[in-house]
Amino acid sequence: MTLELAANQGQAPAADAIETSPLAIRGMTVSYGQKPVVFSVDMTVVPGAMTAIVGPNGAGKSTLLKAALGIVKPLSGQVMVNGNALASQRQRIAYVPQRASVDWDFPTRVIDVVLMGLYRELGLLRRIRPHHRDKAMACLERVGMTEFAERQIGQLSGGQQQRVFLARALAQGADLYLLDEPFAGVDAATEKAIISVLKSLRDEGKTVVAVHHDLATVPEYFDRVFMINTRKVAEGTVAEAFTADNLDKTYGGRLVTGQIDQLDLAAG
Amino acid sequence: MLWDALLLQLGYNATLVTIGACFLGIAAGVTGTFLFLRKRALVSDAISHATLPGVALAFIVMVSFGGDGRNLIGLLLGSAVSAWIGLLCVSWLTRYTRLAEDAAIGAVLSVFFGFGIVLLTVIQSMSSGRAAGLEGFLLGSTAGMLWSDAMVILVGGAATLALVLMFRRPMGMVAFDPEFAAANGLNVARIDLMIMGLAMAVTVVGLKIVGLILIVAMLIIPPVTARFWTERTDRVSLIAGAVGGLSGYLGASLSAAAPNVPTGPIIVLVSFAFFALALFFAPNRGVLAAVLRHLKFQRRVHMRQGLLALAQGQPIYEKLTLRLLTRAGLARADGVVTETGRARAAKALWDEKRWEIVRADQAFEGAAALYDGLRELETILTADQLTEIDARIAPPTGVPS
Repeated sequence: MTLELAANQGQAPAADAIETSPLAIRGMTVSYGQKPVVFSVDMTVVPGAMTAIVGPNGAGKSTLLKAALGIVKPLSGQVMVNGNALASQRQRIAYVPQRASVDWDFPTRVIDVVLMGLYRELGLLRRIRPHHRDKAMACLERVGMTEFAERQIGQLSGGQQQRVFLARALAQGADLYLLDEPFAGVDAATEKAIISVLKSLRDEGKTVVAVHHDLATVPEYFDRVFMINTRKVAEGTVAEAFTADNLDKTYGGRLVTGQIDQLDLAAG
Repeated sequence: MLWDALLLQLGYNATLVTIGACFLGIAAGVTGTFLFLRKRALVSDAISHATLPGVALAFIVMVSFGGDGRNLIGLLLGSAVSAWIGLLCVSWLTRYTRLAEDAAIGAVLSVFFGFGIVLLTVIQSMSSGRAAGLEGFLLGSTAGMLWSDAMVILVGGAATLALVLMFRRPMGMVAFDPEFAAANGLNVARIDLMIMGLAMAVTVVGLKIVGLILIVAMLIIPPVTARFWTERTDRVSLIAGAVGGLSGYLGASLSAAAPNVPTGPIIVLVSFAFFALALFFAPNRGVLAAVLRHLKFQRRVHMRQGLLALAQGQPIYEKLTLRLLTRAGLARADGVVTETGRARAAKALWDEKRWEIVRADQAFEGAAALYDGLRELETILTADQLTEIDARIAPPTGVPS
């Protein structure tokens, strides 16, 4: 606990931050078996900003997101969405899981996947009407995938699959977008397309949180960074938190000094 | 005789069985679709074998309370209870122990079935158990089917079908992407239990006609067959329902037309016939289509390689390549290029050079991703882009003659 406090020094969020934050996590611990993957982590997402969650493999980045969404059950901890319990705020959160987490040979078309984003609107039995379809098509348009609407999802490239997942999240019409490694294994064109969609979301005042692997693009893509290695290492704007010192603490010896030198780091 | 059977002219009992089997087939096909898409096909095997001790215990209970041990509703309720316990055992073992699902299924299936067989032996030795005929539940027995039995199947099947239709959206979502479903507030564990519970309902309802050993086939073969024909979830379940219903109808008719042929196994064989048909002849996913696609692709590769070889004046050794070129009139049998062949070869070589430029230039990244060594660049880029690329290629050196 003392360690935890040390990590939070000087940036302990004020109580009212919880009320206004689109996603506030307090004391979150998640373990698989006896091994905690996320240990006593606090996170306060700042509205209207793009936050990168970075950390080494197995550091609990994806697990933190999943626990925040109630997909995995945390051992302890609290999640507040817009100052309320998660259950009452589901429709305000959109989620993009890792692309590799599903079977792409599943019998479904691109448009059907995007329509899944409207589930909370459609419920069990409401029929899919032309305006639902239009909405789904508009989301596909935003990621540049309209001509693929009728395709079976197995025919898509990795980058196209990722864009379909993003379109499905857009269809959810949320204020907070949580993405799990949206740039993993996609081509450069898709990466550009995705980041421009995310930035336009931010410019509309929405909040974006993404698990991110490529440290080199953090300063270019994101406003804020959340660094985790089971425990939280740092949280703040890229200028404050994305420092060589914090990277060293997050990755231990795994980053070679040469690699750190190549990054466009905040002076610190 | 068969014709009479198909037109339901073989008497009261045969008609009841045929209609019941048809209905059961529809319900099983539609329900099984979600089990199959969730990759839980084998769970149904554990469920069905777990029905046996319930059937036997229900018989013992009903007899000891002085009732008729063969009351179908009582027996089915008993089987449902023990199947549900078996289902919970599989879920629990998979979730809270390190056992993988296949091991859990194997353990539950054999233990429940073994226990059921022991109970059946006990019943045989009871005075009222001699004519119980409970073995009929193993492979189904349609001989003495009553109107009330048929009604149980009809009502049970219809109720199951209605539930599946009602919950098809969340079940489909969980089958495709359980994490996204959970993020939408769906309780994945509960929906999984529902998918398996509905399969259990079909199993219980089908005990009388197909029996517990073969009911798995009715749940799984129709969706697997349907998957060959379509790429859409709703259509998979529709086609699976149709295949299941048709198999039930045809199978029951066939077994009614021929003396002493058991109904359940024939239904399974008929549905297998549909499966085999799909396996070989379905467009896209069928074996035949795959072979044809491969041959076509191979020809394209040979053709392209042959043209490039001609363009560079290299000899062609591959027989298939030479045959394809001569058949298209691009080369003579001795490998000498013809007039048209020369033009086509030059074009292929030019296309190759264009690709070289496209693949080296970041600006054409999208197009470069489509490179497969076969496709002509004209089918991908606009005329303007091609002109731009052509300008960058050194003037053609001409095809060596």
